[in-house]
Amino acid sequence: MSEVRRPSPPAVVALAAIAALFLVLPLVGLLARAPWARFGELAASDEVRDALVLSFVSSLAAAGLCLVIGLPLAAWLAGGSTRLRSLVRVLVALPMVLPPVVGGVALLLAYGRGGIVGGPLDDLFGFALPFTFAGVVAAATYVALPFFVLTVEGGLRSVDRRYADAAATLGAGPARVFRTVTLPMVAPSLRAGLLVAWARALGEFGATITFAGNLAGETRTMPLAVYVALGTEPEAAIVLSVVLVAISAAILFLLRERWFPLR
Amino acid sequence: MRAVLSLSLLVPLLGAACDGADEETVAVFAAASLIEAFVELAEAYERSGPDRRVELQFGGSATLATQIVNGASADVFAAADRTTMARVVETGRANAPVAFATNRLTIATAPGNPKRISGLEGLARDDLRVVLCGPDVPAGRYAREALGSANVDVRSMSDEPSVRAIIAKIALGEVDAGIVYVTDAAASKAVDSVPIPQAQNAPASYEVATIDGALGSPFTAFLASPEAQAILQRHGFGIP
Repeated sequence: MSEVRRPSPPAVVALAAIAALFLVLPLVGLLARAPWARFGELAASDEVRDALVLSFVSSLAAAGLCLVIGLPLAAWLAGGSTRLRSLVRVLVALPMVLPPVVGGVALLLAYGRGGIVGGPLDDLFGFALPFTFAGVVAAATYVALPFFVLTVEGGLRSVDRRYADAAATLGAGPARVFRTVTLPMVAPSLRAGLLVAWARALGEFGATITFAGNLAGETRTMPLAVYVALGTEPEAAIVLSVVLVAISAAILFLLRERWFPLR
Repeated sequence: MRAVLSLSLLVPLLGAACDGADEETVAVFAAASLIEAFVELAEAYERSGPDRRVELQFGGSATLATQIVNGASADVFAAADRTTMARVVETGRANAPVAFATNRLTIATAPGNPKRISGLEGLARDDLRVVLCGPDVPAGRYAREALGSANVDVRSMSDEPSVRAIIAKIALGEVDAGIVYVTDAAASKAVDSVPIPQAQNAPASYEVATIDGALGSPFTAFLASPEAQAILQRHGFGIP
């Protein structure tokens, strides 16, 4: 059967063009206003390198944490339809809709030195998350984890359980079924979940500056560096933004080649 | 209410200011350290004549300057220092800035000063967690000046975006001390303060200017009036 191509109605085309332009024009603005003559000099500074390294290490660590603690949670959520699961799912999704700065305040109240968990931790071990690199990772994980969990849970739910049941009747234990049957089937959603979690962690600002502070070389990630530069040297802020956009775009493109092949 | 206000100021708003200013409304952009005084000043100004309306926008001076430079529709800009005001003057949009208030620095501590901090020298102690505003923020610049003149080396755990953010972190028990304005420490019940002697103190000078035309002139003129100066003094500000 041959494929029939019907032209989209003009109204749809017009609205689609508006949507695409709306997203693309800010990027054009950044590129148009970037001080290209001084670009190399501004982009090669120690501050930029420190911020880039911090951003990438912290966002990758956050994505890794999402995988380690988020996958079990996603598996449990996908394992049935109880009231408890529904309640937990709402609570897990909440940070997605909270303004990140509220997340930062909440993190302080929980894991800060005066927090309900952080207080005893600080008293017992002298360990506190705020103003540390671990705090940056914690803030990034806090905002990224819900995206990971809900994406992967969706993937797990759409898997046909009969394959797992068949493997079980053939004698495979639960761990082996998960590893050899379920996992390969949810791999696409796992990758998608890791990707959105990483992207969300990379862009994190509000919770980070509130919870982890803002110190060059320790907690000042790229978004914070952009914010600081905006108050002192707006041209540098544009350069930092362009660098961040370029690297993020490059990574998305590479992942696309690998994970979402061009048809 | 104050606690809520401080928390909301942990991070200044990055978004552009809302520009609902119509013909009669004067849009005033003011440094975060002026909040309490300017809320009262705005009320007094609105009472002083018919059709006088003020819309206040608070934030870190540096953030506000960036917003104005990039086209936010402000009629008046009140900055916590000359350096920040100069950035707006450079663009040609600020007219004839004048000093209208002064401020001094103080050391903010947890209530009761549990760590027994005695002065600027005490802030260098290893067992203390201290935060300052960033060097781009007027309060951070003044604090570094004061520490420099006292020859004290303090390692700030974070470059905070505003004095209110420092007070919030002390109030939450996250840090032991920070350098803030006398007026902020006085306005907050959640912190105590340790005075910094005159010889070590960096005097802060607030400047105000009208932006883009004369709509803001009546308000800047009002700031120089005895009534306005009395309000500023009641909130702990000095007269330039």
